[in-house]
Amino acid sequence: MGEFAYVAPSNVADAVGVLHDHANSGRRAQVLAGGTDLLVQLRGLDKAPRTIVDVKKIAETNRLDIGSDGIYIGAAIPSAVLNENQELKSLLPGLIEAADLIGSTQIQGRASLGGNLCNSSPAADTIPAMIADRGVCVIVGSGGEREVPVEAFCTGVGTNVMTGDEFLLGLKFPRPPANTGDAYLRFIPRTEMDIAVAGAGVSVTLDGSGTCTAARVGIGAVAPTPLLVPEAAAALVGTAVDDEALAAAGAACSAAASPITDKRGTVEYRRKVVAVLCRRAGAIARDRALAA
Amino acid sequence: MSKMHIRTTINGDQVDFLGSPQQSLLDALRDEVGKLGTKEGCGTGDCGACSVIVDGRLVCSCLMLAAEAEGAEITTIEGIAEGDGLHPIQQKFLEHAALQCGVCTPGFIVAAKALLDRNPNPDERTIRYWLAGNLCRCTGYDKIVRAVQDAAQELAHEA
Ligand SMILES: Cc1cc2nc3c(=O)[nH]c(=O)nc-3n(C[C@H](O)[C@H](O)[C@H](O)COP(=O)(O)OP(=O)(O)OC[C@H]3O[C@@H](n4cnc5c(N)ncnc54)[C@H](O)[C@@H]3O)c2cc1C
Ligand code: FES
Ligand code: FES
Repeated sequence: MGEFAYVAPSNVADAVGVLHDHANSGRRAQVLAGGTDLLVQLRGLDKAPRTIVDVKKIAETNRLDIGSDGIYIGAAIPSAVLNENQELKSLLPGLIEAADLIGSTQIQGRASLGGNLCNSSPAADTIPAMIADRGVCVIVGSGGEREVPVEAFCTGVGTNVMTGDEFLLGLKFPRPPANTGDAYLRFIPRTEMDIAVAGAGVSVTLDGSGTCTAARVGIGAVAPTPLLVPEAAAALVGTAVDDEALAAAGAACSAAASPITDKRGTVEYRRKVVAVLCRRAGAIARDRALAA
Repeated sequence: MSKMHIRTTINGDQVDFLGSPQQSLLDALRDEVGKLGTKEGCGTGDCGACSVIVDGRLVCSCLMLAAEAEGAEITTIEGIAEGDGLHPIQQKFLEHAALQCGVCTPGFIVAAKALLDRNPNPDERTIRYWLAGNLCRCTGYDKIVRAVQDAAQELAHEA
């Protein structure tokens, strides 16, 4: 049995080196960002020793770049910091809304988009919003950097495409074109501090006459992984994102869902609620696009 | 198990301590530094009894490793009072009877301080949302919210 150890490498090469050494020698290493999932897990059933690799001291995981053609959000930036950035909030309000739903003030002081994604819970709030916003994961390892669309990142409940010595550096988003709006809504039985029964993120782009030219819909907590729903987007494109189109997009979300029954909701309930959330988030995204 | 030497500033004083790699900041504050004001309710980020301010941000010390506090500036409940006098938030908690058993109180006071430092004049809704991560099994929250509102007014008068 190994020992617990903590390292906080200051650059990507050192972090990959530590992860590489561990992967090669069969020792366990686990990346730490805000710790709001990881520390709960360390206190739970899985107390096995490991090396904790804190990636918060690396420049690339903390960088926030808002450029003319794209946005880069470091994987470890706490949600409270994102929420305080007015430019980001005005460009991707739906994503920031989703990040702002994570836990309490205390949790938001630490919780990152990268941690929410890498924990790969089906109910993670920011993942459907990142899918809607065409997010791309920047992953680094000894084999170099690679990019994976957010919708292809999670492979199952708590699993994802990263292997061996890889970790997440950050997330890239295209800068939203003119007349684009996004929104994320989840349903929880309480008003704060709960896990989504279902969630939906929508992004729409309109032309000068208010007709939808592009759309993306992501849904969460209704399948083993968050899903991109191209059929829901197709139902919006070419319309004015009116009630009829939104109803069709909602129906496509219900059809794409393959939920489970648990204490938070039944299969039937989740299918129904995800359609409602898609309709409502779609209407908000449309209104934001009209105002943008 | 090998210990790590961790250097921090706690309530304005330089404090160095030895911590183990998987030890939470909460456990280190209580067991290594002897600051027993910070409480443990749940250990899983749900109750806020362990709230402290780290480099200007309100966090749950149960969800942070002591090792992560290297070089950090930490404010605990012991750092809220000014000299021998109570801080207005503490005074208002007393006046409004905003505590019964008191286990949640240090967390609420530290969280309220972090709020008023940022937003000296929060409305009731803002206060309730800001404090949503602090649980109290005794008071029913109303007296806590009134105490924070009253403290905000008092601080505005002082300023
Ligand atoms: C009280 C409470 C309420 C919560 N409420 C919500 C909620 O409403 N909605 C929600 O979605 N979540 C919620 N969460 C879960 C959690 O806060 C989020 O998932 C958060 O975004 C995790 O981010 P983190 O930075 O803290 O991740 P960490 O805990 O540091 O990491 C999470 C996982 O991802 C891995 N990881 C982290 N960063 C990287 C990286 N850069 N590269 C590779 N692997 C990495 C870690 O190894 C770990 O397995 C809540 C948690 C608590 C304690
Ligand atoms: S002890 Fe940290 S939140 Fe409950
Ligand atoms: S006073 Fe007892 S928990 Fe709040």
